[in-house]
Amino acid sequence: MKSRIILFITIVLTFMLQTTLVQRISIGSIEPNLVLIFVACTGILRGRKSGMWVGFFSGLLIDMFYGSLFGFYALIYVYIGFFSGYSHRMFYDDDAKVYLLTVFGSDMLFNFAVYGLQFLLRGRLSLGSYLVHIIIPEVFYTTFLTLIVYRIFYFINYHLMKPVKKESESVWVIK
Amino acid sequence: MKRKLRFRFNLKSKHLLVILTLICLTFLAVSFTKGIGPDSLKEAAGFVVIPFQKTIMSINTSFQTAMQTRREKRELVYENQDLKAQVQTLTDQNNRLIQDQYELQELQSLYNLDQDYADYEKVAARIISKDPGNWYHTFIINKGSSDGIRVDNNVISGKGLVGIVTETGSHWATVKAIIDDSSHVSAMTVSTGDNCTVSGDLTLIGEGKLRFEQLYDVSNKVTVGERIVTSNISDRYVEGLFIGYVSEVMADTNNLTKTGTIVTPVDFRHLRDVFVITVNKQDLFNED
Repeated sequence: MKSRIILFITIVLTFMLQTTLVQRISIGSIEPNLVLIFVACTGILRGRKSGMWVGFFSGLLIDMFYGSLFGFYALIYVYIGFFSGYSHRMFYDDDAKVYLLTVFGSDMLFNFAVYGLQFLLRGRLSLGSYLVHIIIPEVFYTTFLTLIVYRIFYFINYHLMKPVKKESESVWVIK
Repeated sequence: MKRKLRFRFNLKSKHLLVILTLICLTFLAVSFTKGIGPDSLKEAAGFVVIPFQKTIMSINTSFQTAMQTRREKRELVYENQDLKAQVQTLTDQNNRLIQDQYELQELQSLYNLDQDYADYEKVAARIISKDPGNWYHTFIINKGSSDGIRVDNNVISGKGLVGIVTETGSHWATVKAIIDDSSHVSAMTVSTGDNCTVSGDLTLIGEGKLRFEQLYDVSNKVTVGERIVTSNISDRYVEGLFIGYVSEVMADTNNLTKTGTIVTPVDFRHLRDVFVITVNKQDLFNED
Protein backbone atom coordinates (compact mmCIF):
# COMPACT_ATOMS: atom_id res chain seq x y z
CA MET A 1 0.00 0.00 0.00
CA LYS A 2 2.80 2.34 0.94
CA SER A 3 4.53 1.59 -2.35
CA ARG A 4 1.35 2.45 -4.27
CA ILE A 5 0.95 5.79 -2.53
CA ILE A 6 4.58 6.71 -3.22
CA LEU A 7 4.22 5.58 -6.82
CA PHE A 8 1.13 7.76 -7.19
CA ILE A 9 2.81 10.81 -5.65
CA THR A 10 5.78 10.33 -7.98
CA ILE A 11 3.42 10.18 -11.00
CA VAL A 12 1.85 13.53 -10.09
CA LEU A 13 5.23 15.05 -9.24
CA THR A 14 6.80 13.94 -12.51
CA PHE A 15 3.86 15.33 -14.45
CA MET A 16 4.12 18.69 -12.71
CA LEU A 17 7.88 18.89 -13.21
CA GLN A 18 7.50 17.95 -16.88
CA THR A 19 4.98 20.71 -17.54
CA THR A 20 6.77 23.45 -15.61
CA LEU A 21 10.51 23.06 -15.06
CA VAL A 22 11.51 20.73 -17.88
CA GLN A 23 10.61 23.34 -20.50
CA ARG A 24 13.24 25.59 -18.91
CA ILE A 25 15.99 23.11 -19.77
CA SER A 26 14.85 22.71 -23.37
CA ILE A 27 17.54 22.98 -26.03
CA GLY A 28 16.44 24.57 -29.28
CA SER A 29 12.76 24.15 -28.36
CA ILE A 30 13.26 20.42 -27.84
CA GLU A 31 12.50 19.21 -24.35
CA PRO A 32 13.16 15.75 -22.90
CA ASN A 33 10.25 13.57 -21.85
CA LEU A 34 10.51 13.01 -18.11
CA VAL A 35 7.13 11.29 -17.88
CA LEU A 36 8.26 8.71 -20.39
CA ILE A 37 11.49 8.13 -18.48
CA PHE A 38 9.50 7.50 -15.32
CA VAL A 39 7.11 5.07 -17.02
CA ALA A 40 9.97 3.14 -18.63
CA CYS A 41 11.98 3.11 -15.39
CA THR A 42 9.02 1.76 -13.44
CA GLY A 43 8.79 -0.98 -16.04
CA ILE A 44 12.46 -1.82 -15.58
CA LEU A 45 12.43 -1.61 -11.78
CA ARG A 46 9.04 -3.08 -10.94
CA GLY A 47 7.89 -5.12 -13.90
CA ARG A 48 5.21 -5.05 -16.53
CA LYS A 49 2.15 -4.61 -14.32
CA SER A 50 3.46 -1.62 -12.38
CA GLY A 51 4.76 -0.17 -15.61
CA MET A 52 1.32 -0.42 -17.14
CA TRP A 53 -0.47 1.16 -14.17
CA VAL A 54 2.01 4.02 -13.98
CA GLY A 55 1.74 4.51 -17.74
CA PHE A 56 -2.03 4.50 -17.55
CA PHE A 57 -2.27 7.14 -14.84
CA SER A 58 0.51 9.35 -16.23
CA GLY A 59 -1.12 9.25 -19.64
CA LEU A 60 -4.52 10.01 -18.16
CA LEU A 61 -3.13 13.09 -16.38
CA ILE A 62 -1.68 14.38 -19.65
CA ASP A 63 -4.92 13.65 -21.49
CA MET A 64 -6.93 15.50 -18.92
CA PHE A 65 -5.09 18.76 -19.33
CA TYR A 66 -3.47 18.72 -22.73
CA GLY A 67 -4.76 15.89 -24.89
CA SER A 68 -6.98 16.56 -27.85
CA LEU A 69 -8.30 13.01 -27.54
CA PHE A 70 -9.03 11.61 -24.08
CA GLY A 71 -7.26 8.29 -23.62
CA PHE A 72 -4.69 8.65 -26.39
CA TYR A 73 -1.58 9.20 -24.27
CA ALA A 74 -2.85 6.72 -21.67
CA LEU A 75 -2.96 4.05 -24.36
CA ILE A 76 0.57 4.77 -25.61
CA TYR A 77 2.05 4.90 -22.11
CA VAL A 78 0.35 1.63 -21.11
CA TYR A 79 2.15 -0.09 -23.96
CA ILE A 80 5.45 1.60 -23.11
CA GLY A 81 5.10 0.40 -19.51
CA PHE A 82 4.32 -3.09 -20.75
CA PHE A 83 7.22 -3.41 -23.16
CA SER A 84 9.80 -1.86 -20.84
CA GLY A 85 8.61 -4.35 -18.25
CA TYR A 86 10.24 -7.09 -20.28
CA SER A 87 13.64 -5.58 -19.31
CA HIS A 88 12.73 -6.25 -15.70
CA ARG A 89 12.16 -9.90 -16.47
CA MET A 90 15.29 -10.40 -18.53
CA PHE A 91 18.01 -8.11 -17.19
CA TYR A 92 19.52 -6.65 -14.03
CA ASP A 93 18.19 -3.19 -13.32
CA ASP A 94 21.46 -1.54 -12.33
CA ASP A 95 23.12 -2.00 -15.70
CA ALA A 96 23.39 1.29 -17.59
CA LYS A 97 23.04 -0.40 -20.97
CA VAL A 98 19.68 -1.83 -19.99
CA TYR A 99 17.94 1.33 -18.90
CA LEU A 100 19.49 3.53 -21.57
CA LEU A 101 18.45 1.18 -24.36
CA THR A 102 15.00 0.64 -22.86
CA VAL A 103 14.33 4.38 -22.63
CA PHE A 104 15.77 4.87 -26.11
CA GLY A 105 13.44 2.23 -27.54
CA SER A 106 10.46 3.49 -25.55
CA ASP A 107 10.92 7.07 -26.70
CA MET A 108 11.25 5.91 -30.30
CA LEU A 109 8.04 3.93 -29.90
CA PHE A 110 6.32 6.92 -28.29
CA ASN A 111 7.34 9.40 -30.98
CA PHE A 112 6.52 7.10 -33.85
CA ALA A 113 3.14 6.33 -32.29
CA VAL A 114 2.33 10.04 -31.96
CA TYR A 115 3.55 10.74 -35.48
CA GLY A 116 1.81 7.74 -37.01
CA LEU A 117 -1.52 8.18 -35.27
CA GLN A 118 -1.87 11.94 -35.14
CA PHE A 119 0.25 13.38 -37.93
CA LEU A 120 0.45 10.78 -40.66
CA LEU A 121 -3.30 10.30 -40.55
CA ARG A 122 -3.75 14.04 -41.13
CA GLY A 123 -1.67 13.79 -44.29
CA ARG A 124 1.68 15.06 -42.92
CA LEU A 125 3.85 12.74 -44.96
CA SER A 126 7.31 14.26 -44.55
CA LEU A 127 8.59 11.80 -41.97
CA GLY A 128 12.17 12.82 -42.76
CA SER A 129 11.84 16.37 -41.54
CA TYR A 130 9.90 15.32 -38.42
CA LEU A 131 12.59 12.76 -37.75
CA VAL A 132 15.35 15.35 -37.98
CA HIS A 133 13.54 18.20 -36.22
CA ILE A 134 11.64 16.42 -33.47
CA ILE A 135 12.13 12.71 -33.02
CA ILE A 136 15.90 12.22 -33.06
CA PRO A 137 16.76 15.28 -30.92
CA GLU A 138 14.10 14.36 -28.40
CA VAL A 139 15.13 10.72 -28.19
CA PHE A 140 18.77 11.60 -27.59
CA TYR A 141 18.02 14.32 -25.06
CA THR A 142 15.65 12.01 -23.20
CA THR A 143 18.19 9.20 -23.17
CA PHE A 144 20.81 11.60 -21.87
CA LEU A 145 18.51 12.81 -19.10
CA THR A 146 17.90 9.18 -18.11
CA LEU A 147 21.55 8.90 -17.11
CA ILE A 148 20.89 11.49 -14.41
CA VAL A 149 17.36 10.80 -13.23
CA TYR A 150 17.52 6.99 -13.28
CA ARG A 151 19.49 7.06 -10.04
CA ILE A 152 16.69 9.07 -8.41
CA PHE A 153 14.00 6.62 -9.48
CA TYR A 154 16.30 3.76 -8.44
CA PHE A 155 16.64 5.30 -5.00
CA ILE A 156 12.88 5.81 -4.68
CA ASN A 157 12.27 2.22 -5.68
CA TYR A 158 14.72 0.60 -3.28
CA HIS A 159 14.57 2.93 -0.31
CA LEU A 160 11.03 4.23 -0.20
CA MET A 161 9.07 1.35 -1.69
CA LYS A 162 8.83 -2.35 -1.07
CA PRO A 163 10.95 -3.92 -3.83
CA VAL A 164 9.20 -6.47 -6.02
CA LYS A 165 10.34 -10.06 -5.96
CA LYS A 166 11.94 -10.78 -9.23
CA GLU A 167 11.38 -14.53 -9.15
CA SER A 168 7.63 -14.13 -9.36
CA GLU A 169 8.01 -12.68 -12.82
CA SER A 170 10.61 -15.14 -13.99
CA VAL A 171 9.89 -17.39 -16.92
CA TRP A 172 11.56 -20.31 -15.18
CA VAL A 173 9.11 -20.53 -12.35
CA ILE A 174 6.16 -22.75 -13.09
CA LYS A 175 2.97 -20.92 -12.25
CA MET B 1 -7.83 -23.61 5.95
CA LYS B 2 -7.38 -19.94 6.54
CA ARG B 3 -5.39 -19.54 3.35
CA LYS B 4 -8.06 -21.07 1.22
CA LEU B 5 -10.68 -18.64 2.41
CA ARG B 6 -8.59 -15.64 1.44
CA PHE B 7 -9.64 -14.35 -1.92
CA ARG B 8 -6.64 -13.76 -4.12
CA PHE B 9 -7.19 -12.08 -7.41
CA ASN B 10 -4.07 -12.60 -9.43
CA LEU B 11 -4.19 -10.88 -12.76
CA LYS B 12 -1.65 -11.80 -15.40
CA SER B 13 0.07 -8.85 -17.03
CA LYS B 14 -1.14 -9.87 -20.47
CA HIS B 15 -4.72 -9.68 -19.30
CA LEU B 16 -4.11 -6.37 -17.57
CA LEU B 17 -2.74 -5.03 -20.84
CA VAL B 18 -5.89 -6.05 -22.68
CA ILE B 19 -8.13 -4.55 -20.00
CA LEU B 20 -6.27 -1.23 -19.92
CA THR B 21 -6.24 -1.10 -23.71
CA LEU B 22 -9.98 -1.59 -23.78
CA ILE B 23 -10.48 1.13 -21.16
CA CYS B 24 -8.36 3.56 -23.19
CA LEU B 25 -10.21 2.69 -26.39
CA THR B 26 -13.51 3.31 -24.62
CA PHE B 27 -12.25 6.72 -23.50
CA LEU B 28 -11.17 7.46 -27.06
CA ALA B 29 -14.53 6.42 -28.47
CA VAL B 30 -16.38 8.53 -25.93
CA SER B 31 -14.20 11.57 -26.56
CA PHE B 32 -14.74 11.17 -30.32
CA THR B 33 -18.48 11.34 -29.89
CA LYS B 34 -18.92 13.58 -26.87
CA GLY B 35 -15.88 15.85 -26.77
CA ILE B 36 -13.00 15.76 -24.35
CA GLY B 37 -13.18 13.75 -21.15
CA PRO B 38 -15.35 13.80 -18.05
CA ASP B 39 -15.63 17.30 -16.59
CA SER B 40 -15.93 16.36 -12.94
CA LEU B 41 -12.75 14.28 -13.10
CA LYS B 42 -10.89 17.16 -14.73
CA GLU B 43 -12.11 19.61 -12.13
CA ALA B 44 -10.90 17.31 -9.36
CA ALA B 45 -7.50 16.80 -10.98
CA GLY B 46 -7.21 20.52 -11.63
CA PHE B 47 -7.91 21.12 -7.97
CA VAL B 48 -4.87 19.01 -7.05
CA VAL B 49 -2.39 19.80 -9.80
CA ILE B 50 -2.94 23.44 -10.76
CA PRO B 51 -2.00 25.06 -7.38
CA PHE B 52 1.28 23.14 -7.39
CA GLN B 53 2.05 24.12 -10.95
CA LYS B 54 1.33 27.73 -10.04
CA THR B 55 3.72 27.62 -7.09
CA ILE B 56 6.50 25.84 -8.98
CA MET B 57 6.24 28.38 -11.76
CA SER B 58 6.18 31.37 -9.40
CA ILE B 59 9.12 30.07 -7.34
CA ASN B 60 11.01 29.52 -10.55
CA THR B 61 10.19 33.03 -11.76
CA SER B 62 11.08 34.71 -8.47
CA PHE B 63 14.35 32.79 -8.35
CA GLN B 64 15.21 33.95 -11.83
CA THR B 65 14.31 37.56 -11.07
CA ALA B 66 16.39 37.48 -7.88
CA MET B 67 19.40 36.27 -9.88
CA GLN B 68 18.78 38.93 -12.46
CA THR B 69 18.44 41.81 -10.00
CA ARG B 70 21.85 41.07 -8.51
CA ARG B 71 23.43 41.04 -11.91
CA GLU B 72 21.59 44.07 -13.16
CA LYS B 73 22.21 46.34 -10.20
CA ARG B 74 25.68 47.30 -11.29
CA GLU B 75 24.73 47.65 -14.89
CA LEU B 76 21.88 49.93 -13.97
CA VAL B 77 24.07 52.64 -12.53
CA TYR B 78 26.00 52.97 -15.76
CA GLU B 79 22.88 52.66 -17.78
CA ASN B 80 21.22 55.46 -15.88
CA GLN B 81 23.86 57.94 -16.97
CA ASP B 82 23.46 56.95 -20.59
CA LEU B 83 19.74 57.07 -20.35
CA LYS B 84 19.64 60.61 -19.06
CA ALA B 85 21.42 61.70 -22.15
CA GLN B 86 19.05 59.73 -24.26
CA VAL B 87 15.98 61.28 -22.67
CA GLN B 88 16.74 64.59 -24.28
CA THR B 89 17.07 63.21 -27.76
CA LEU B 90 13.98 61.13 -27.25
CA THR B 91 11.78 64.04 -26.18
CA ASP B 92 12.76 65.66 -29.40
CA GLN B 93 11.86 62.56 -31.35
CA ASN B 94 8.64 62.13 -29.44
CA ASN B 95 7.32 65.44 -30.65
CA ARG B 96 7.83 64.30 -34.17
CA LEU B 97 6.17 60.95 -33.44
CA ILE B 98 3.06 62.59 -32.07
CA GLN B 99 2.63 64.17 -35.43
CA ASP B 100 3.03 60.76 -37.04
CA GLN B 101 0.42 59.37 -34.73
CA TYR B 102 -2.25 61.58 -36.23
CA GLU B 103 -1.25 60.40 -39.63
CA LEU B 104 -1.45 56.77 -38.48
CA GLN B 105 -4.95 57.24 -37.15
CA GLU B 106 -6.09 58.54 -40.48
CA LEU B 107 -4.48 55.61 -42.27
CA GLN B 108 -6.06 53.11 -39.92
CA SER B 109 -9.51 54.38 -40.65
CA LEU B 110 -8.60 54.05 -44.30
CA TYR B 111 -7.70 50.43 -43.73
CA ASN B 112 -11.06 49.84 -42.09
CA LEU B 113 -9.28 48.51 -39.05
CA ASP B 114 -11.01 50.78 -36.60
CA GLN B 115 -11.90 47.72 -34.58
CA ASP B 116 -8.61 47.73 -32.70
CA TYR B 117 -7.64 45.37 -29.88
CA ALA B 118 -8.63 48.05 -27.39
CA ASP B 119 -12.28 47.59 -28.25
CA TYR B 120 -12.52 44.07 -26.86
CA GLU B 121 -12.81 43.26 -23.18
CA LYS B 122 -9.68 41.51 -21.97
CA VAL B 123 -8.46 39.55 -18.97
CA ALA B 124 -4.73 39.38 -18.22
CA ALA B 125 -3.44 35.88 -17.46
CA ARG B 126 -0.13 34.15 -16.84
CA ILE B 127 1.07 30.92 -18.38
CA ILE B 128 1.68 28.34 -15.65
CA SER B 129 2.58 25.22 -17.58
CA LYS B 130 3.18 23.86 -21.04
CA ASP B 131 2.21 20.55 -22.58
CA PRO B 132 4.67 17.69 -22.17
CA GLY B 133 6.45 16.65 -25.35
CA ASN B 134 7.39 18.40 -28.53
CA TRP B 135 4.54 17.47 -30.85
CA TYR B 136 1.92 19.93 -29.67
CA HIS B 137 1.92 23.50 -28.47
CA THR B 138 -0.72 24.01 -25.85
CA PHE B 139 -0.38 25.65 -22.47
CA ILE B 140 -2.35 26.29 -19.30
CA ILE B 141 -3.12 29.79 -17.99
CA ASN B 142 -3.97 30.71 -14.42
CA LYS B 143 -7.43 32.13 -15.12
CA GLY B 144 -10.53 30.05 -15.72
CA SER B 145 -14.29 30.08 -15.98
CA SER B 146 -14.62 31.93 -12.67
CA ASP B 147 -12.78 34.86 -14.27
CA GLY B 148 -15.16 34.89 -17.21
CA ILE B 149 -13.07 32.82 -19.60
CA ARG B 150 -14.97 30.50 -21.92
CA VAL B 151 -14.06 27.98 -24.60
CA ASP B 152 -13.22 29.65 -27.95
CA ASN B 153 -12.00 32.86 -26.32
CA ASN B 154 -9.14 34.35 -28.35
CA VAL B 155 -5.78 34.79 -26.63
CA ILE B 156 -3.38 37.58 -27.60
CA SER B 157 -0.12 38.96 -26.32
CA GLY B 158 1.00 42.56 -26.65
CA LYS B 159 2.34 41.77 -30.11
CA GLY B 160 -0.29 39.63 -31.78
CA LEU B 161 -2.53 36.60 -31.81
CA VAL B 162 -1.36 33.73 -29.59
CA GLY B 163 -4.12 31.13 -29.66
CA ILE B 164 -7.56 30.03 -28.61
CA VAL B 165 -9.03 28.58 -25.40
CA THR B 166 -9.94 24.92 -25.83
CA GLU B 167 -10.88 23.85 -22.29
CA THR B 168 -11.70 25.62 -19.05
CA GLY B 169 -11.67 24.67 -15.38
CA SER B 170 -12.76 27.02 -12.65
CA HIS B 171 -9.25 28.42 -12.14
CA TRP B 172 -7.37 27.30 -15.23
CA ALA B 173 -7.82 27.14 -18.98
CA THR B 174 -6.03 25.28 -21.75
CA VAL B 175 -4.93 27.36 -24.72
CA LYS B 176 -3.97 25.97 -28.12
CA ALA B 177 -1.31 28.16 -29.73
CA ILE B 178 -1.63 29.18 -33.37
CA ILE B 179 1.75 27.53 -34.05
CA ASP B 180 0.26 24.17 -33.02
CA ASP B 181 0.24 21.79 -35.94
CA SER B 182 -3.51 21.26 -35.74
CA SER B 183 -4.42 24.94 -35.55
CA HIS B 184 -6.17 26.74 -38.39
CA VAL B 185 -7.07 30.42 -38.47
CA SER B 186 -9.14 32.16 -41.10
CA ALA B 187 -7.17 35.27 -41.99
CA MET B 188 -6.98 38.13 -44.47
CA THR B 189 -4.44 40.54 -45.84
CA VAL B 190 -4.67 44.11 -44.61
CA SER B 191 -4.12 46.00 -47.83
CA THR B 192 -6.25 43.95 -50.21
CA GLY B 193 -8.65 42.14 -47.87
CA ASP B 194 -8.00 38.77 -49.54
CA ASN B 195 -8.85 35.75 -47.43
CA CYS B 196 -6.52 32.87 -46.64
CA THR B 197 -6.07 30.14 -44.05
CA VAL B 198 -3.18 30.33 -41.61
CA SER B 199 -2.15 27.03 -40.09
CA GLY B 200 0.61 25.94 -37.75
CA ASP B 201 3.36 23.69 -39.09
CA LEU B 202 5.63 21.76 -36.79
CA THR B 203 8.50 21.85 -39.28
CA LEU B 204 8.43 25.68 -39.37
CA ILE B 205 8.16 26.30 -35.63
CA GLY B 206 11.92 26.46 -35.18
CA GLU B 207 12.04 29.47 -37.50
CA GLY B 208 9.07 31.13 -35.78
CA LYS B 209 6.92 30.84 -38.88
CA LEU B 210 3.41 29.81 -39.82
CA ARG B 211 2.05 28.58 -43.12
CA PHE B 212 -0.76 30.21 -45.07
CA GLU B 213 -2.77 28.58 -47.81
CA GLN B 214 -5.44 29.32 -50.37
CA LEU B 215 -4.72 32.99 -50.74
CA TYR B 216 -6.67 34.17 -53.76
CA ASP B 217 -4.66 37.03 -55.19
CA VAL B 218 -4.97 37.29 -58.96
CA SER B 219 -3.69 40.85 -59.17
CA ASN B 220 -0.39 39.86 -57.49
CA LYS B 221 -0.65 42.61 -54.91
CA VAL B 222 0.36 40.57 -51.89
CA THR B 223 4.11 40.84 -51.38
CA VAL B 224 6.64 40.05 -48.69
CA GLY B 225 5.99 42.21 -45.63
CA GLU B 226 2.23 42.28 -46.05
CA ARG B 227 0.34 42.31 -42.73
CA ILE B 228 -1.99 39.38 -42.02
CA VAL B 229 -4.87 39.74 -39.55
CA THR B 230 -7.78 37.50 -38.54
CA SER B 231 -10.56 37.75 -41.09
CA ASN B 232 -14.10 39.01 -40.89
CA ILE B 233 -15.51 35.66 -41.97
CA SER B 234 -13.84 33.57 -39.25
CA ASP B 235 -16.41 32.03 -36.93
CA ARG B 236 -14.07 31.57 -33.95
CA TYR B 237 -11.62 34.47 -34.11
CA VAL B 238 -12.72 38.07 -33.69
CA GLU B 239 -11.83 40.35 -36.57
CA GLY B 240 -8.61 42.30 -36.94
CA LEU B 241 -6.21 40.50 -34.57
CA PHE B 242 -2.68 40.77 -35.90
CA ILE B 243 -1.08 37.44 -36.86
CA GLY B 244 2.17 38.35 -38.62
CA TYR B 245 4.01 39.48 -41.72
CA VAL B 246 4.23 37.55 -44.97
CA SER B 247 7.76 36.27 -45.49
CA GLU B 248 7.40 34.06 -48.57
CA VAL B 249 4.76 33.83 -51.29
CA MET B 250 4.54 31.06 -53.86
CA ALA B 251 1.94 30.50 -56.55
CA ASP B 252 0.16 27.16 -56.37
CA THR B 253 0.21 24.82 -59.34
CA ASN B 254 -3.40 25.71 -60.08
CA ASN B 255 -2.33 29.32 -60.78
CA LEU B 256 -5.28 30.65 -58.81
CA THR B 257 -4.25 30.51 -55.20
CA LYS B 258 -1.02 31.14 -53.35
CA THR B 259 0.68 29.61 -50.37
CA GLY B 260 3.59 30.79 -48.29
CA THR B 261 4.89 31.48 -44.82
CA ILE B 262 4.24 34.15 -42.21
CA VAL B 263 6.61 35.40 -39.53
CA THR B 264 4.86 35.84 -36.22
CA PRO B 265 6.03 38.66 -33.89
CA VAL B 266 5.12 36.62 -30.80
CA ASP B 267 8.03 34.81 -29.15
CA PHE B 268 6.24 31.60 -28.18
CA ARG B 269 9.21 30.12 -26.37
CA HIS B 270 9.48 32.95 -23.87
CA LEU B 271 5.84 33.84 -23.62
CA ARG B 272 4.68 34.45 -20.06
CA ASP B 273 1.83 36.96 -19.90
CA VAL B 274 -1.12 36.90 -22.25
CA PHE B 275 -4.50 38.59 -22.59
CA VAL B 276 -7.70 36.65 -23.08
CA ILE B 277 -10.44 38.39 -25.03
CA THR B 278 -13.60 37.41 -23.17
CA VAL B 279 -15.87 38.17 -26.11
CA ASN B 280 -16.44 35.32 -28.54
CA LYS B 281 -17.08 35.82 -32.20
CA GLN B 282 -20.36 33.93 -31.77
CA ASP B 283 -21.55 36.51 -29.19
CA LEU B 284 -21.06 39.22 -31.76
CA PHE B 285 -23.35 37.33 -34.13
CA ASN B 286 -25.98 36.92 -31.45
CA GLU B 287 -25.97 40.64 -30.67
CA ASP B 288 -26.79 41.47 -34.25
